[in-house]
Amino acid sequence: MATAAKPDQDGLSETPETVVVRFAGDSGDGMQLTGGQFTLSTALAGNDLATFPDFPAEIRAPQGTLFGVSAFQINFGSRRINTAGDAPDVLVAMNPAALKTNIAALKPGGLVIADTGAFTKRNLDKAHYDANPLEDGSLGKFDVLAFDISEKTIEAVKPFGLGNKDALRSKNMWTLGLALWMFDRDRAPLHDWLKAKFRTKPDIAAANIAALDAGHAYGETAELAGPLKQLHVGPVASEPGLYRTVTGAEAVSLGLVAGAQLAELPMFFGGYPITPASAILHHLARLKEYGVTTFQAEDEIAAVCAAIGASYAGQLGVTSSSGPGIALKTEAIGLGIMTELPLVIVNSQRGGPSTGLPTKTEQSDLYQAVYGRNGDAPMPVIAARSPSDAFEVAIEACRIAVQYMTPVMLLTDGYIANAAEPWKVPDPAGFEPFPAKFLEEPRGEQLLPYLRDEKGARPWIKPGTPGMMHRIGGIEKHEQTGNIDYSPDNHQRMTEHRKSKVENIAVPDQEVALGETTGTLAVVGWGSTYGPIHQAVRRSTAKGCSVSHIHVRHIWPLPKNLGELLRGFDHVLVPEMNTGQFKTVLRDQFLIDAQPLTKTSGQPFQIAELEAAIAKYFDGIEGNEGGEVAVNNQQLPNLEAGHDDGSYPDAPFHGDGAVPSGQETDSEAVNQ
Amino acid sequence: MNAPVKIETTLKDWETDQEVRWCPGCGDYAILKAVQRTLPQLGANPANTVFISGIGCSSRFPYYMETYGFHTIHGRAPAVATGVKLANPDLDIWLVTGDGDGLSIGGNHLMHVLRRNVNMQIMLFNNEIYGLTKGQASPTSREGTKSPSSPLGSVDHPAKPAAFALGSGARFVARGFDVSKKLPEVLTAAHAHQGAAFIEIFQNCIVYNKDVFDDFAAPKGAEDRQLWLENGEPMLFAGGTKGIALEQGRLGLTVVDVTDGDWETAGVLRHDVTDRILAHMLVEMPFGPFPMALGVLYDDPRPTFESAVIEERRRASEGKTANLAKLLGQGQTWTVDGTAQDPV
Repeated sequence: MATAAKPDQDGLSETPETVVVRFAGDSGDGMQLTGGQFTLSTALAGNDLATFPDFPAEIRAPQGTLFGVSAFQINFGSRRINTAGDAPDVLVAMNPAALKTNIAALKPGGLVIADTGAFTKRNLDKAHYDANPLEDGSLGKFDVLAFDISEKTIEAVKPFGLGNKDALRSKNMWTLGLALWMFDRDRAPLHDWLKAKFRTKPDIAAANIAALDAGHAYGETAELAGPLKQLHVGPVASEPGLYRTVTGAEAVSLGLVAGAQLAELPMFFGGYPITPASAILHHLARLKEYGVTTFQAEDEIAAVCAAIGASYAGQLGVTSSSGPGIALKTEAIGLGIMTELPLVIVNSQRGGPSTGLPTKTEQSDLYQAVYGRNGDAPMPVIAARSPSDAFEVAIEACRIAVQYMTPVMLLTDGYIANAAEPWKVPDPAGFEPFPAKFLEEPRGEQLLPYLRDEKGARPWIKPGTPGMMHRIGGIEKHEQTGNIDYSPDNHQRMTEHRKSKVENIAVPDQEVALGETTGTLAVVGWGSTYGPIHQAVRRSTAKGCSVSHIHVRHIWPLPKNLGELLRGFDHVLVPEMNTGQFKTVLRDQFLIDAQPLTKTSGQPFQIAELEAAIAKYFDGIEGNEGGEVAVNNQQLPNLEAGHDDGSYPDAPFHGDGAVPSGQETDSEAVNQ
Repeated sequence: MNAPVKIETTLKDWETDQEVRWCPGCGDYAILKAVQRTLPQLGANPANTVFISGIGCSSRFPYYMETYGFHTIHGRAPAVATGVKLANPDLDIWLVTGDGDGLSIGGNHLMHVLRRNVNMQIMLFNNEIYGLTKGQASPTSREGTKSPSSPLGSVDHPAKPAAFALGSGARFVARGFDVSKKLPEVLTAAHAHQGAAFIEIFQNCIVYNKDVFDDFAAPKGAEDRQLWLENGEPMLFAGGTKGIALEQGRLGLTVVDVTDGDWETAGVLRHDVTDRILAHMLVEMPFGPFPMALGVLYDDPRPTFESAVIEERRRASEGKTANLAKLLGQGQTWTVDGTAQDPV
């Protein structure tokens, strides 16, 4: 097998440092589940990893079609992994459509594993292939391992008396078995998982285990026969401790639960279904014993309003949505700002404007978060940089909301929400509590609900407290009594109070994520661009470039030292998945010449794209820096597949695990 | 909800130091007084009482009540109130809204708070006009209403608030009007109802829609035009000389004459507040041929939303402890030395 034999850049050595595998198949082939379980086995093997699940917007896209292709990419290795990988080394294609939409991404010399059983005339037609690509030589620059997985699966599960249709549902487990063999993985955890999943249906569990084992056995046989070789990816050196995988949606949910506990408050979560934010509602709905009330409201507005009502009544109000839903919540967020009540708003950003790209990622809601309200309505904004980082950021959002009596917006995006990475499980004993305080007696003779503390925060007074009755509302109010007051000087002072309260929020000083604190180029990112920027800066530094990576968590207010820090660099480059929104904020706040590098294709940055952009600062050619990254059709999300209609097959919640999965139906087989 | 402790108060205890800023002669003054008179009779506790409103003339109400008050945003009071009630079910919530706030911009939220049956009193002040924005036609304005936004007369069909409430699944629907002496009785019944209690209060806008309810609310001839409903009692009006009976031959109501108080012979129906079909007929009864049905039209409680949420949470938490460390380490975990752990 040439792939395993070639030690050059195009192929893989037998002990590669990192490997990128992409599983692609029909929506019904269970690729998300395969990817999820492969992720788990990768984590258990001690590798670092990052994933990119990409699935069509259609719940049940027609079988075999290009737009019905579902893909899952994983990058894993024996060193730190920050991205899901630019291009796969191995592509598993379960049908012609999956091959067609993903083959262009595969590295030259990469390995294609294809199920010939699915390359029927009918499926080839649906994928618009005139000839069978497995036979016409068009895959010449790759190594191809094509055989009838369908037939082998049917054979493997025959003893369990399943019909062909049901038997074929275990095809993904067969494939997973082969992948496990290929990377020398332990099958036992998968056996356990299957047994647990089909606790009440032992026959189905046994059939799937048989398929998994058969795939594994096939690897051994194939190796003996020649082409396929086992690859060994060593474990990454990590801090000792307990680890699990976590998606951004899970991490946000857990962080909110932790934040509410640290504030010593019950949590009220008002939500309305929207892609890609619904997963947070789903996770929290199962955590009632943690003092969490989830409320699926009639619309986005009601979701935030109910959260505001709950905060008013003394709980920690939280709401979550994506761009269009945030737009609907905007007036109510203004009410939260005006009445100065704690509120956490999670925005899992997606491509916009309007319905935009529901299942694709973008960072284009930064203006909306920072500036997007009527009136002078300042609000803190913080952003998570990775799935696991979202945990800490969610706690930070709760802390700011409670301590400063203000709505806080937490920005994640579609990529962070769905992607998984290993996470060292933190010990809650190490978290700093920030217990909420309620005012129960007037300070002085008169009750003054808007008299501020040293942080600029007004007191939190729960209705039901004897003798503390007062009225609040969206109308401008007197700066101490809170009674309606439209007078010019009062409004001016109240505007100033609201502004300075948010500006003076204690934000940690900005640190440099990688590199020196001064130099030629600072690459400044925020949110999910952390991974690719970090790797690109690492590689550029290795080539001798004077470049540093600065990644900003606190978008508003910005860290006080950020302007000074950026002035220590000759150039500032801001890569963003939008048309340059954070760049504008940096220019506005610090009057520095920040240059944008933009990408608005609904795909995350690739390391190579950023490396190329950084290189322009060191090529001696004046004025070609910054700019726009061209659309890359080889990258996930694949532009040929997965056209959106606004709906979304959300990852179902698995009570038993932290593994993301894509579509799941009521069928008994694992692959659906 | 815990049984509230009754508190002794007087009307004065419910008044704030804020100057009331409705137009002189506005029906809102009468409603405010009726509420302030009713609350002491209920033994209500001001510290436990929350008035929540949206936007509009009626929504200024909380500022004049010496209770907790939240003047929210246009149409959204039901959603805010739902959050308040779920966070603290012991609070006694009065929602104040109007025909524009509750049926136009906030119609969706009103529908859902009624459908869910969140325990609160919902007072919809219906003056059939937008007052605070200076007199535009509202969703309850009658066809042909001339206003700045409909100078030739409005062409859209008005909504019927009580019918809307009933159609949304409300389990308590009542009607009253601003200056009616019986308004406190209606408010008392609404307060006694466990669940969302909807009260349509006809309210005179003296500036933009003056005396529009005079055809039934004016004292002169009121007897002939008002049907005050009493549970279990015959539906009589006009001093007992007329009553409401079932129509012969088709499903409907009709007005019958009652001679010498013999309403039974005349076929007059007894009011049954638990009869949903009857409630639908009463709210749809066209005024003119029929009197205006007032008082408690429908009152048939069922479990409240917040009680269901609390019970669900209790059941879901049964036998479980909130162990954050355990939650964070859930799922399939591993340690860095490569030892796989069993799924927790």
